[in-house]
Amino acid sequence: MKFKSLIITLFASSIFLSIIICIWKMLATLQGVSFKNLNFNLNLLLSLGLVITCVFIGKKFNHNLKIFVLSLLFTILYTFLNENSPMWFSVGIFLLILFFTNKLKKYDLKYLNQDFISEKIVFEFLSLFAIVFFALVILFPFYIMFVTSFKTQTALLINPIDLSIDFSKNIFEIFKSYFVIFKTYDFGRYILTSSYVSVGTVLITLLFAIPAAYAVARLKFFGKTFLSTSILIIYMFPAIVLVIPLYTVFSQLGLRNSVEGLLIVYTATTLPVAIYMLQGYFKSIPKEIEEAGLIDGQNWFGIIIKIIIPLSLPAIASVSLYVFMIAWNEFLFSLMFLDNPKTFTLSRAINHLTGDAETPRQYLMAGSVVVTLPILLIFIYFEKYLVSGLTAGSVKG
Amino acid sequence: MSSSLSKIEKRTAYTLLLPAVCLVFAIILFPIFANVWISFKEVGLKDIRIPEPRAKKIVKNIQDSNSELKIIYKLRNSSLIQDIREVKFSDKLPKNIEPVNLDKRCEFKSQKIKCFFGNWEAGYRENLEIFVKNVNNNAINSKYIKSNKPDLNGKSNNILLTTDFTFKNFKNVFINNNFVELLMTTFYFTFFGTIGAILLGIFAAQLVNQKFYGRTFMRSILLFPYVGPVVALAYTWTLLLDPNSGTINSLLVNYGVIEKPINLLGQKYLIINILGFELKLRLALTTVIFFEIWRYFPLAFLFILARLQAIPKDLYEAADVDGAGPFRKFFHITLPQITAILSILFMIRFIWNFNKFEDIFLLTGGASGTLTLPISVYQQGFAVSNIGMGSAVSIVIVLLLITFMIIYFKLIGKKTNEI
Repeated sequence: MKFKSLIITLFASSIFLSIIICIWKMLATLQGVSFKNLNFNLNLLLSLGLVITCVFIGKKFNHNLKIFVLSLLFTILYTFLNENSPMWFSVGIFLLILFFTNKLKKYDLKYLNQDFISEKIVFEFLSLFAIVFFALVILFPFYIMFVTSFKTQTALLINPIDLSIDFSKNIFEIFKSYFVIFKTYDFGRYILTSSYVSVGTVLITLLFAIPAAYAVARLKFFGKTFLSTSILIIYMFPAIVLVIPLYTVFSQLGLRNSVEGLLIVYTATTLPVAIYMLQGYFKSIPKEIEEAGLIDGQNWFGIIIKIIIPLSLPAIASVSLYVFMIAWNEFLFSLMFLDNPKTFTLSRAINHLTGDAETPRQYLMAGSVVVTLPILLIFIYFEKYLVSGLTAGSVKG
Repeated sequence: MSSSLSKIEKRTAYTLLLPAVCLVFAIILFPIFANVWISFKEVGLKDIRIPEPRAKKIVKNIQDSNSELKIIYKLRNSSLIQDIREVKFSDKLPKNIEPVNLDKRCEFKSQKIKCFFGNWEAGYRENLEIFVKNVNNNAINSKYIKSNKPDLNGKSNNILLTTDFTFKNFKNVFINNNFVELLMTTFYFTFFGTIGAILLGIFAAQLVNQKFYGRTFMRSILLFPYVGPVVALAYTWTLLLDPNSGTINSLLVNYGVIEKPINLLGQKYLIINILGFELKLRLALTTVIFFEIWRYFPLAFLFILARLQAIPKDLYEAADVDGAGPFRKFFHITLPQITAILSILFMIRFIWNFNKFEDIFLLTGGASGTLTLPISVYQQGFAVSNIGMGSAVSIVIVLLLITFMIIYFKLIGKKTNEI
């Protein structure tokens, strides 16, 4: 039993450590350090040695002293056995090992004697690995997007894996891509159009959805159940099956290439989910409050404005943010309806940039940063509301 | 009394619902039905512009007299394929100014020139010249004359409103265009995309459901791929995977993992030799599926996490007492608790992946074996410019969707009671 869990601990932890070191090395490569070899096997051996010493020393020494000395030793050994590397890379390795040996704190021979311990250990390292894995897989593209926007075309062609930002250049040189997309490609206008369309969609959707949701939640009328089921069914139909008829009708009515046309379509496509989300919340408001309003002589307009809206502000915030996100990110309709650069939204403008194969990729990435950053900031700031909106609206995606 | 109250209630309800219902009807339901109509017609992209008579007005001075002017109307039929019938023309002249030697087809009445041109065939062009003079022999302000815009109208057939129908589009969809492969690709994409997103979602939810430092931060960044705009993310991935100087290929080549770059998005098949067996992997399709999983697992994650947090803690405490390890806890407690939500999630994600357009369109444009039904709608309708065919493919999508929804409601109808 003890032997089995010892072996499992050894391998689980050292494989984890080697992978982390490889990732750190890869990230360093992207900063312009020229490594040619990942040395996975060597790392694995080193890590095994480290874990063995760590487990056998156990709690015989002061913990802090132990991890410090072990990390220092490992780092020196690692730097000695591997390719030449800059100082900051070794410091990074040192910190990684410090963190890792600290994790191994409770692992000594006595601990490994417990029941089911090997399963627990595998699970623990799997979780650690999963954190690193998810963080890397998700953040890596965003990181690349951001960093590429500060490079130049020639630098990228010479060495595509050197993505370090050259801070010795002056500010204007570093932010050149951003100056170019705002000056030459007119991104200022697109930001305005996108904001106008998104905010407009939110306002019109709320204007239409609040009364409708109130009716569905509170009033009795013929066809109510039919209506509430059809809301969800309608929501399942994708934009792509609407595109051809809308395109033909909008062409004939002259609504293509107009922001108003987009507003109408966005509002209609977000209405079902907005009504669905709002009516769920409205139902949770106690009826007695409205009845009090009725006695005070309010009509339905007064009830909605003075009672329902103030009480359901969190739900309205969720819906607004969700609708804003959909409108800001929307691509298909803007691709179909907008041909004239004067009416482009941000998404359409970036798509337009790629139409020309000559457009340097740093401009494309700078444009991507410009369209991504606002929505991510809004998401981080209003996370609570947007998450509840997403959960309710995640029938769509 | 109560019946009148309920009448008022009904009326209020309908008033409140009317704007939303009208809008949804016009923009969502009407197009779905319009698709049926269009799919039985032979319509190209160029046919949908309604032909209209147009006139460009040019005003010229006549050299020896400033009380006379020549107005040239460049008339044309805007369409090169359709006729316009009964074209009427009218333009206003300022006071005291009259035309001289007016064209036979025109007449001058109450300061207005009115003309009846009859039929204009497709691509018709004509220059109509009219001389005007001031009755009092004063100078004419040519700018003022130019500022009046002529008014034209005529009748033409709107090809969308005629009643000639054809089965040609459906015949093309099912027979000529490799329909089986199209369907197979769509189902591969949908099925594996859904399964992958749900599996990754389970992992992520299980992870975030534990206590560790930076957990809230982790929860936020897990949603990034879904929150970010699809255009930006798709192009970033295209650059990452680019075979010439994409970061991932360059890194792999640098470390000697692969010998030469792999065109992950542009290569239809990857042939793998395993023990002498040749396996053909749909490479571009697989890459697109991975992007799809990457982008949509956050939704599965959110759903599953919400369910996980609702599982009573004492179940796990009891398992701890029994000495169950984490894996047994997962398979014997967690998994049975989330199966209901997983099946709902599968259905919903299946339908939405089936509908997915933007992601594939931006990554490959439907090339190298990634043509799915939604992409086909776009290709037929706008790349091949055959609106009728595009609509026919849309109808196929709608029919399949309705089938899925019937299955969904049959299965979920029972399941919802269990949650």
